[in-house]
Amino acid sequence: MPFKRYVEIGRVALVNYGKDYGNLVVIVDVIDQTRALVDAPDMVRSQMNFKRLSLTDIKIDIKRVPKKKTLIAAMEAADVKNKWENSSWGRKLIVQKRRASLNDFDRFKLMLAKIKRGGAIRQEIAKLKKQSAS
Amino acid sequence: MAPKDKKPRVSRNPDLIRGIGKCSRSKMYHKRGLWAIKAKNGGVFPRHDSKPEAAKPAEKPPKFYPADDVKKPLINKRKPKLTKLRASITPGTVLIILAGRFKGKRVVFLHQLSSGLLLVTGPFKINGVPLRRVNQSYVIATSTKADISEVNIEKFDDKYFGKKTEKKKKKGEGEFFEAEKEDEKALPQEKKDDQKAVDAPLIKSIEGVPDLKTYLAARFSLRSGMKPHELVF
Repeated sequence: MPFKRYVEIGRVALVNYGKDYGNLVVIVDVIDQTRALVDAPDMVRSQMNFKRLSLTDIKIDIKRVPKKKTLIAAMEAADVKNKWENSSWGRKLIVQKRRASLNDFDRFKLMLAKIKRGGAIRQEIAKLKKQSAS
Repeated sequence: MAPKDKKPRVSRNPDLIRGIGKCSRSKMYHKRGLWAIKAKNGGVFPRHDSKPEAAKPAEKPPKFYPADDVKKPLINKRKPKLTKLRASITPGTVLIILAGRFKGKRVVFLHQLSSGLLLVTGPFKINGVPLRRVNQSYVIATSTKADISEVNIEKFDDKYFGKKTEKKKKKGEGEFFEAEKEDEKALPQEKKDDQKAVDAPLIKSIEGVPDLKTYLAARFSLRSGMKPHELVF
């Protein structure tokens, strides 16, 4: 199976270990076999091991090591934030974060809502069964 | 003579360097006006002798001397401070009780008593927990708050919750069994009224929030997959 996501300048990646866990960063240069120079709008440009990065499908159009202003402009032009939040991977992460931040009261309300939804579904199924039986 | 507003005393001898003042001893004598005080008092410094003591009544020698010398314990004047209340617990917070008869019940926090224990109520109509004292250590504070502004809790203190001691009555054997039955205390009507008085405004404000009443009526429990150290309360 061929690779689809390549390490290249402009590849957007998700940090999966360390201080910046969970943040999206852009690869702006490759240092050596194991490390990349990485940058994000709210972070100082720094090096990261490739093992700490999970590549995404998103790529932006930049030259090698752009200035911060250029980087931010390129990210806006490619609409990285919206693309990420609408992708299935991005949506899953958002849901995970929301579930983890639920309050005890929120969890209770969620339970009530699930029960209500389950009840409504079962009612519909019962109706359909009756229809198909008759 | 005593001035009303005492300004902080400033030294008349400024420091050149720490430990060395600007003026010599003789200069300071002149500056402070000690010569004027002496002159006022006829060449000597004024003396303030202590007043003669009032005559003490004659002490009788004690009747009894203990056989062994008993060591007296040192006096301890330490007054422990009121138990520090966790920052997450404020009046109106919903707490989860973790131990005792009401374990798992979600309950409304009212006030910290002078003994350090937390005064808490169900409300009784909602989950059966009466006005009760609970220790802070056996409680999880959630971030849900109920509106407690209408509730009057001034009359409740530790004495209200203490055990009532009755005076000892001399009982004959025949009366013994009857008296035991009497001792089964039914809850005095006064306490029931207090409970209702506290709960009425509280229940009204709770019903204002959707689902809060059913939330308080339900018990808390851990389910599969719930990790307490990762849960946000």
